[in-house]
Amino acid sequence: MMIKLEVKNLCFSYHSAEVLKNFFMNIGDGQIVSIVGPNGSGKSTLIKCIDRILVPSSGNITVDRCDLTKMDRMEMARMIAYVPQNSLRVFPNTVFDVVMMGRRPHLGWKAGAGDEEKVWEVLQILGIEDLALTPFTELSGGQQQKVLIARALAQETGVILLDEPTSNLDIWHQIDVMEILRSLVRKRDLTAIIAIHDLNMAARYSDRVMMMKKGKIIASGKPDAVMTGKNLEEVYGVKANVKFVEDTPFIIPLSRVPRKMS
Amino acid sequence: MMTAKKHLTAGSSYRNVKRTRAGKISSIQEAHSHSIWKKALFLLGLATFLVLATGVIITLGQVPMTVAEVYYSLVNKLVPGFFTVDSLIEHVVWKIRFPFILGAIIAGSGLGICGCVMQSVLKNPMASPFTLGISSGAHFGISLAAVFGIAILHGPYFLVANAFVCALLCSGLIIALSKLKGATSETLILAGIAVNYLFQAATQLLTYIATDEQRTVMSYWGMGSLTDLNWHSIMFLGSVSAICIPILYIKAWDLNLMTVGDESAKSMGVDANYLRIFIMVVSSLLVAAIVAFIGVIGFVGLIAPHIGRIILGNNHRHLIPAAGGIGGALLLIANAISMNLLGSVVIPPGIIMSIIGVPLFMYLILKGKRREYWS
Repeated sequence: MMIKLEVKNLCFSYHSAEVLKNFFMNIGDGQIVSIVGPNGSGKSTLIKCIDRILVPSSGNITVDRCDLTKMDRMEMARMIAYVPQNSLRVFPNTVFDVVMMGRRPHLGWKAGAGDEEKVWEVLQILGIEDLALTPFTELSGGQQQKVLIARALAQETGVILLDEPTSNLDIWHQIDVMEILRSLVRKRDLTAIIAIHDLNMAARYSDRVMMMKKGKIIASGKPDAVMTGKNLEEVYGVKANVKFVEDTPFIIPLSRVPRKMS
Repeated sequence: MMTAKKHLTAGSSYRNVKRTRAGKISSIQEAHSHSIWKKALFLLGLATFLVLATGVIITLGQVPMTVAEVYYSLVNKLVPGFFTVDSLIEHVVWKIRFPFILGAIIAGSGLGICGCVMQSVLKNPMASPFTLGISSGAHFGISLAAVFGIAILHGPYFLVANAFVCALLCSGLIIALSKLKGATSETLILAGIAVNYLFQAATQLLTYIATDEQRTVMSYWGMGSLTDLNWHSIMFLGSVSAICIPILYIKAWDLNLMTVGDESAKSMGVDANYLRIFIMVVSSLLVAAIVAFIGVIGFVGLIAPHIGRIILGNNHRHLIPAAGGIGGALLLIANAISMNLLGSVVIPPGIIMSIIGVPLFMYLILKGKRREYWS
């Protein structure tokens, strides 16, 4: 397996609270990797540290063996794209203009015809071409998520980071977004790293799952190896029944384990 | 067999995409290029309006002349002897009336553009060129000169120099303060409000101890006026604009990215905090120069960008020129009314600006068709 992204010795803290300490991970090429874990486990922080939206205090991150910490933001934006949970809506743009933003790392001052073609192409791939002139704010949650994925795709990077891409969507759109991601990863040889709360979605669509707790990886591997009753109890403090549906682990939470008062 | 079939379908769908791109353009693509044309046409119309309004407004006043004579004498200045024009008319056009026109356009477009970029980097529709306390800083500078005679520069421009330096000091203080806390839009806005109050208090203190005469100087400047403009000050304003506006316009793409939030901007290659400071420094410089010469005409910097957003949307490649053109047109009209409405008495243009600007703004907020306007 080719290693696409490697994190070594990453440390990050918000003011005094240490979130990640000496964090290591390897992610292979052409995979969907889900990062799961309870609130505050550091999965969103990890995603943001990888894209230097948050600046880690130390550590190395490499993509294709190129050290990201030595790059400027423009160079980085040609290697990693980020799909945020939601987008700011003070001054909304049309869908076309939002996706065109993804071309920024490849642009000089002027967007050429080639860039416009790329935008139309990704809009077609995601089936949202008809929305091109609609303001972003008028879209439904599912459509907005697709536009943000299209924007990341327009960036033409090898790695896409996604922060809770399904958390505001109904189940049809959750499956829609995950299917889109899977087909993109297969067809375009992408690597997708997803911070996600929904364990069943993660189990169904990931090649690999990493389970985090308090800034550390507790378990990592194929979904059926990681989503076990023992791991769920240790990481989430929840007793759960793990069934297998179509060879995929399916988690039915049963009860919480009382936390020790300290 | 299965895989071969899969490849085939994948391939053909790819070719479909190709065909629609290279050959027949889909209706939505057509609509998109149509909308770009319309925006360009609007900008062209705006420029034409400025030229025509210049010609018409110059004819207003005590020396009668025709619009044609105005253009003749303006062209004559560029290409001497091209037309034959009455020397009195040429003198009135070039020496007396045209400086106000040009000054109004330069100042109005500068304020419009600075308001636009500040709203975008602060991600706040209520931001204006004076969010960073430039007006209160400048006012304080004027008061210092008026009350204590403390002047940075001697000679005819001592008020202007004081206003300019104190305005820059004030916004510099705010930028430095927020830099300590990481230069987010919230810290900039809060620091701006705080420092604004500080300088306002200092000015009020000075007003309190000032004589009537000194108070007149201070309040006259506070209302804003273009009547003190001459070719020297216009040259200065023009050169500052010629430097600052292209610098701001080069950042049009990055400004687009800023409006979707700092995190997204960073992920697409724009250092959000750095860009915010950069835009603030450049636009503060321009606004300080404008305010030093014409005083506080605040409203134009708030509404010109919003009118642009309502009409053209939020893509800065069109929005920045539009905000500039609309700001220039608004101030040009307001100043023409203020200088001609009551014969020889000049009403401060800031007052006219608010009287005509507010209803226009209200109308556009209520009736604006553009759906991508801020919600």
